[in-house]
Parts: sequence; C-alpha cells; structure tokens
Amino acid sequence: MTELITPVAPAPPGGPAEPVPAAERRDRGLVRRLLRPGLVVAIAVVSVALLWAFVPGWFTGHDPITGVPAQNLRPPGADHWFGTDHLGRDLFARVVHGSALSLQAALIAVLIGLLAGSTIGLLSGFAGGAVDDVLMRVVDVLLAIPGLLLSLAVVTVLGFGTVNVAVAVGVASVATFARVMRGEVLRVRQATYIEAAFASGVRWTGVLRRHVLPNSAGPVVVLAALEFGQAILAVSALSFLGFGAAPPAPEWGSLISEGRNHLATSWWLTTLPGLVVIAVVLATSRISRALGGDGSTTW
Amino acid sequence: MGRYLARRLAQAVFVLWAAFTVAFALLYLLPSDPVAIMLDSGGEGTFVDPEQRAELTARYGLDEPVHVQYLTMLADAARGDFGVSISTGAPVRSMIVEALPETLELAGTALVLALVLGAGTALAATYTRRPWLRQLLLALPPLGVSVPTFWTGLLLLQLVSFRWGLLPAMGDDGVRALVLPAITLALPTAAVIAQVLAKSLALTWSEPYIGTARAKGVSRSGILLGHAARNAAIPVLTLVGVTVGNLVAGSVIVETVFSRAGIGRLTQAAVGAQDIPVVQGLVVLAAVIFVVVNLAVDLVYPLVDPRITRARTLAVAS
Repeated sequence: MTELITPVAPAPPGGPAEPVPAAERRDRGLVRRLLRPGLVVAIAVVSVALLWAFVPGWFTGHDPITGVPAQNLRPPGADHWFGTDHLGRDLFARVVHGSALSLQAALIAVLIGLLAGSTIGLLSGFAGGAVDDVLMRVVDVLLAIPGLLLSLAVVTVLGFGTVNVAVAVGVASVATFARVMRGEVLRVRQATYIEAAFASGVRWTGVLRRHVLPNSAGPVVVLAALEFGQAILAVSALSFLGFGAAPPAPEWGSLISEGRNHLATSWWLTTLPGLVVIAVVLATSRISRALGGDGSTTW
Repeated sequence: MGRYLARRLAQAVFVLWAAFTVAFALLYLLPSDPVAIMLDSGGEGTFVDPEQRAELTARYGLDEPVHVQYLTMLADAARGDFGVSISTGAPVRSMIVEALPETLELAGTALVLALVLGAGTALAATYTRRPWLRQLLLALPPLGVSVPTFWTGLLLLQLVSFRWGLLPAMGDDGVRALVLPAITLALPTAAVIAQVLAKSLALTWSEPYIGTARAKGVSRSGILLGHAARNAAIPVLTLVGVTVGNLVAGSVIVETVFSRAGIGRLTQAAVGAQDIPVVQGLVVLAAVIFVVVNLAVDLVYPLVDPRITRARTLAVAS
C-alpha cells in the first residue's frame, strides 16, 4: 500500500544484509554511483571532445579548411565519416577541429559568469543591508531580461567574433551565478564557526576567504558544470545567427548554419554536427548532476 | 485593492526603468564608440568624414555629458519615443509595433503547445505504473533542454517540408506555416515545464491528503487530475512568468530558420547592423512583456490556489 501511495520512493540500496561500517558503505555507494553507465558514457564523451580540441590530428587526417572540390557533397561513408560539404571539405574533420573554438568559447563564458557572478553574490550575501538590496535588485532586472537578448545586446556593442560572443554569453549568466552564490553565503553566514571566527578576532576578509568561500562554493561549481553545456548551446546559437566565428574557421554553430543551404539535398551537413553538440551538452548536464550529489538518477 | 494596485504599478515602473538603465549602461557606457559603430556598419574600411562624424554625434546628442544623454533619453522613452533606427531611419517604436503581432502569434501558439506537451509528459509519467515508461518519459525533458533550437527547426524543415512535403518551409501566411516554427519554439520550454511539473507532482504525491483521497476510493486519474495537479501547478505558473519573455527572445532563432518576419528578425537585423537604438527598444520591450505577464500570473495565483491571497502574493514576490 505504501508503495502505491509513494511510487517515486527509491528502493533501499543493497538490502538489510550484514552490517557494513558507515565509511565503507559510503565508499561503495560512491563507487556504484561513479560506475553508473550514463555517467561513464558522459565522462567519455566530454573527454573525447576535449581531446578533439587539443589534439585534433589524432582523430582525423583530413584538412578542415581546404577541401577537394571534386568530392563535394558526398554522403557519409568509410572515407568521410560525416560526409563532405559543398567545397569538398571533410565534415568530420571540421567538427573535430571546431571543438577547439566551441569549447574555448563556452569555457570563457562560464569563467566570466562564475567570477563576476560569485563575486557579486559573495559581496551581496556577506555585506547584507543596503549593498545586498541594490545588488539583488540589479540581478533581478538582469534575470527579467531573456539571456539571449542580453547576449545580443552585448554583441551589438562589442562586435562580432568568437571571443565577443563568449563574453556576451558569460555576461548573460552572471545573474544566475550571483543568485546561487548569495543564497549559499546567506546559509553559511548563520553557522556557528563564522561567529567563532569573528569572535576570535579574524578580520572580515579572512573570514570571507577562509571560511565563507570554501563552504559555499559547492553548488556554484555544480552550476558551472551545468552552465558549461548551456554556454555551448548559447554560443552555437549566436554563431548560427552569424555573429560568431568568421568563415572558413570551423565552429559547431556555424557548421550547422552552413548546412542550411543544402538542407533539401544533403541532410548530413546539419544533422551530424547537431548530434555532436547534443551529445556533449547532455554529457555535461549528466556530470553536473553527479557533482550535485544526485543519487536518484538510476542510469 | 487600491494599495495593492498602487504597489504593483510602482514595481512595474521600477522594473521598466531599471531595464532601460541596464540597457543604457550596456549600450552607451561600455568602452565603445557608438558613432564609429554606426558609421562602420556600411562596410569595411569606410572613410569617415570628420564633419559627418560631428554631425552624427550632435544629432544623437552624444556630445552632451553622459547624465544629460541619459536623462534626455529617459524622458523620451517615458513618452514612448525610443529614437530612430540608424540603419533605416524609421522610428524604433513603429518598427517594433509593426513586427510585434507576428511574433506574439508565434510565441502564443508556442506557449500553448509547450504547456500541453510539458504537462502531458509530466502527468503521464506520474500516472503510469510501468517503471520503464516512467523512466522513458522522465528522460525526455533533459534531452529537450540539450538540443539546440535551430537544429530542431532545421531537422523539422528537412523531414516535414523537404522529404515529405507536408508543410510549407518558409513564409508567414496561414496556419500551416505556423506549425513547424511553433513546435520548434515550444520544445525547449515544454521540456522545462515537464521537469518542473514532474518534480512538483512527485512532492505533492506524498502529501497526506493524497493518501486520504485514495482511502476514500478516488481513482488514480481522479487523484492526479482532481487533487494533485492543481496543487502542483503553482511552480509551473511561476515559470510561465519567465517563459514568455524567453519565447519572444527565442523567436530570433526560429524566425531566422523559417524566414518569418517579426521581432526576432528585427532583432537579428538590428544586432547585425549594430543598430543601438533598436536594440535598446527591444530590451525595454522584453521588460514590458516580463512586467505584463508577471502581473497576469499574479492575478491567476488565487484562482488556482485559494489559499494564496493577493497580500501573500506580494509577500512571495518581494
């Protein structure tokens, strides 16, 4: 009966067999969580994407920039895994070489959001009072404006290019980081050890650096992992709109965009790079869930 | 009621003012030269005539001190005047008003679709007793938020329009041309709604009154729709307040993919031409949409859950 009422309750892990010491049980649970097939695949996907970015030569011998015009618009096959585009360039080589730009842009975006956002959140939550009020009203307004529009406004001023797009995506995520950081700081600030640190004469900068920051960073790191996937999506969207990398440089969003002109005849030009983006974004969100200590995911 | 309205109005005005100010700070105070951007948009290596430059600077009031510029623009904006577009010379307001109906139609259709799809997925996942089906349904939302919108649109174009020839690929006339863009725009939103509602339903499902209803012999679907859904709907309602603005912003991509006219195309063109007054007008438009939708959502809260009075809505909001 209980099972019918709460169908979402997970089955107790293991079962009530022989008693195991707590530490050992925790380790075993951790190992089992790390070996979940979904997480293993996710880590593999992200590792491969990173290797593509650093050592593209290991994965493809084709040139991503100059193609063989005689071999244009070939469907995927043994020689060209992802087919070729209208200039006879190997699409797989372009995806592999494109990962450097795409991942780099996403990384810049997350770093900007993380640094600016957590600084604002830290100050706001720690200072409290009027500082908190003013900063949080600004954050509220930034959250009210859709992120994509905010990024586009920044791109308007900074101009086009991968780095500018990355900065724009980062600026749009500052408010989210600030919110999460502030929430954590408010929670930590209540703790007795903060009071103890103040009482024993530690200066506020020391309390902030040595006690508040380390104890409130966890959820922000989880958010950063999640935002990395979202940044890949946002950067590729802005590139798709034509504000990112200038041709012929390969970048995931602009690769998909280039395939638009051959949609009716060459399905692989848009479909395959898109699948790569989806795989990487899904993988980062799975990893972020594992970092967040979500044990309820069974895959 | 009077005090409630006054307070809401003050909040709305504050959000609009703050959005305007943020846009001003971004567009005019960042270390950039608006006049250079305006003159440069013609092409590479354009020769800039100093006289023309001075004339433009004076016309847009950029030779004034920053606070004078800001106050002049704010006063104009308060009267609904957002200046003229740099690339077309048309008033920004009439450009936006002209493009808005197309996009509202698209975003409205997408919102309805997203609510139906999202709520349907979450309700089905909660209703089913088959674990594999629940797992499958709950795996859809994380997938939905990981797919680039433009990719979904292009894939639909490829299959539905080109391969099967079922629906028109582009254009903006008729209901048939609205189907694919609306689906494309709705999917990521549907995924978020499904995620939030499924979580909220799972929480509601363990409430004592669900057990009571079950003990009284209410059917599973009766409990789900009559008791759980209404209580679980509050977080979704809050989400809708944020979602509408995102749908309008998302039209930038969808309207580009499907070659439709509207706010999205206007935005894309404005950013492409670095048309600062238009972009500023669009940011304020987003704030207007946010304010209007959130006011509507606040008025709906007490209808869904009578325990929420207007006074408490305010307490939650602030």
